[in-house]
Parts: sequence; C-alpha cells; structure tokens
Amino acid sequence: MSLTGIVSIALGAILIENFIFSQFLGICPFLGVSRKVDTALGMGLAVTFVMALASVFCWLVNTLLLVPLGLTYMQTVAYILVIAALVQFVEMFLKKSIPSLYQALGIYLPLITTNCAVLGVVLLNTQKNYDFLSSLVYGVTGGIGFLVAIVLFASVRERMDLTSDCPKSFEGFPIALISAGLLALAFMGFSGLKVF
Amino acid sequence: MNVKKQFKDGLITNNPVLVQLLGMCSTMAITTTLFNGIGMGISVIVILTCSNIVISLLRKIIPSTIRIACYIVVVAGFVTIVDLLMQAYLPSLSESLGVFIPLIVVNCIILARAEAFASKNGIAASALDGIFQGIGYTLVLIVMCVIREFLGNGTFGGGLLGQEGAGIRILPEGAAATFLVLPVGGFLTLGCLIALMQYLLRKSEEKKGGEDK
Repeated sequence: MSLTGIVSIALGAILIENFIFSQFLGICPFLGVSRKVDTALGMGLAVTFVMALASVFCWLVNTLLLVPLGLTYMQTVAYILVIAALVQFVEMFLKKSIPSLYQALGIYLPLITTNCAVLGVVLLNTQKNYDFLSSLVYGVTGGIGFLVAIVLFASVRERMDLTSDCPKSFEGFPIALISAGLLALAFMGFSGLKVF
Repeated sequence: MNVKKQFKDGLITNNPVLVQLLGMCSTMAITTTLFNGIGMGISVIVILTCSNIVISLLRKIIPSTIRIACYIVVVAGFVTIVDLLMQAYLPSLSESLGVFIPLIVVNCIILARAEAFASKNGIAASALDGIFQGIGYTLVLIVMCVIREFLGNGTFGGGLLGQEGAGIRILPEGAAATFLVLPVGGFLTLGCLIALMQYLLRKSEEKKGGEDK
C-alpha cells in the first residue's frame, strides 16, 4: 500500500466523501447528539474509536472466517454481531475508566451499535475490497470525518438556538435539517479536490 | 385491536419519518429516482412485517436484558434474505441501492417498532403495525423521490418509465436545479417536508382545540 493511496483514502473519507454530508451514514446520532459541542465531541470520538475497531475486527472475521468457510452471505449478520460486541466492550471500558464521558454520552453509547456509519464503513470496506491497512485507514478517517461534521454542526446549532428567530413550523428538526443541508452544500466544495 | 387507528397512525399522525423522525439516513440517501424509492419502500415493508411477526412470537421467550441483540439478529436474518433475493432477481435495483440494503439492519424504524410495538402486542396487531408503518415510510420516500427527481432532474418515474428507464421528461433539459439530486437536496427536501407536517399537525390540533371549547 503506497503512501499516496493512504492519503487519498484519508482525504476522501474526511472531506470529499464525508460520511454524513455526502453518503448519509450516521444521520440519527448526528441530529440527536448535536445540541452541545462537548457531547458532540465525545460522541464523535467514541464513534471514531468504534469505527476503527470495527474495521479491523470485521476485516479479520471476513478474511479469516467467512471467506475460507464460504459463508460470505452471512456477512451482514456477522458484522452486526461483531459491532454489538465491540460497543458493549467500549461501554464497559468507559464505565470503569472514564465515568464522566460515560455519563455524558448516556443512551447514545449503546445506540452506536445501530449507527449506520459503523456498519456502513465495514460494508464499504468489503465492497471496495480494501486490504487490512486500507480498511484501518478508512475506518479511522471515516470516523474523523464524522467527528468533524458533528462538531461543526453542533457549533452551528448552539449559535442558532441563541440568536435565531425561525418560523414556528420550522422549529426543532426541520431547521436543523436545513442547516445541515447548507453545511453539506459547503462540503460540496471539496468534491473538486483531487489527490495527485 | 384497532385497525383504523393503526392505519392512521402509521400513515399520518405517527408517521415513522415525518413524526417519529426515524430512518433518516436511507430516506435522504436513496430518494433520487422513483424506482429506488419504491424498491427500498417495499423491502422495508417486507422486512418490518416479518421481523415484527417473529419478534411478537418470541416476545415471551426473549430475556429483556439482551433483547436488543436478539432483535438485531432477527432483523439481520430477514435483511440478508431480501438482499440475496434482490441480487438474484433485481440486480439493477440492488446495484443502485448498494450498501443501503444491508444497512436496513440498523434502520431505526425497524428496531423502534420492535421495541415499542411488537414486543408488547400480539401477532396480528404487530403484523398490521409493520405493514402500516412500512407504508407510511414508503409514502414519504415516494413523495421525496417525486419532488427531488422533478425539480432536480426534470423527469418523472426514473428507472421505471420512459425510454430505457430514463423517466418521462417534464421540464426541459437544463432547466432543472441539479443540486436537489445531490446530498444537499436530501437535507433541504426532508427539512421542508417535516416543517409542512408540523404545520399541518398544529393546524389540526388547533382546530380540535377550538371545537372542544
């Protein structure tokens, strides 16, 4: 795996094909946990961590177990089980070692299991036939892309809650979606970016 | 069992996308042509109904501490079935929906209905709930598809009608606002739809409140 390849995967995952703004993966936590910048940051870090771990473990499960046994049609089921186990593990780890973050994330921590960004990154790794290193890089940078998006969006929302005067029907979710749309429009600017 | 109420709940007053705000990812991602929307909608109806039935059957057996994991396995099984069937019989649809078919596993609508309805109600009611909630989801998908395709591409029924599935051209070429088919359009269209829904629900509540007085 050449350095250029890694850089292009990384740039692609963070900016050009950002998981949220261009692939629509992980919208639920993106809209749900973006009221405050601190919790958004914690959520983004937790998701990045799980995505990296999930990429590694699912790659291992796929190459060492499913492919040799001819069970590739069980991919979806196997992946979701791996992810659920990982999230459980992260939850126990956080509870023991960083209880403050554990409490801040609350209900959203177990919900990482059903974050489509996590399952999405794993499925995309398989679909694109990435090798071990590329999978890891894609997992980590995809998570960073999620982190960047959710922190940016949380800052916008914090500001908006304080100052905006929006029509009654647009209060809450609709206005959040519209502002996310405008952010996505900004991220479209990266689509012209080419690596080497 | 109240079929009429369930029907109204699923389609309008408790619509999974517009009111419960579930399943956003797929709603925004795949609604670029009518064909995609209908295909995705039907898959979700089938999976939601089947998983609701099975979970309702198993509701007394599944221990509550590990229920979410059990639900996910049940759902993942049905999703795999639908995914393989679609790859075999509708390869073009399977290709254009791509990773979003296996991602139905983590579609919040299905888990939410399992948790909120199927785990507490009988088989028949759960099956009906699956069908109606699924139809509610499909309706939103179709509305989104029609709006985005018409304004963004100037056509109607892409993938289904017209020559080679290009859709019937309504607006002249070049007159359409291409950004609506792009990700941005997904956010904007759904935002406006939910706003419209909130407006309508508020209006009907005000009307009811007025009658009560």
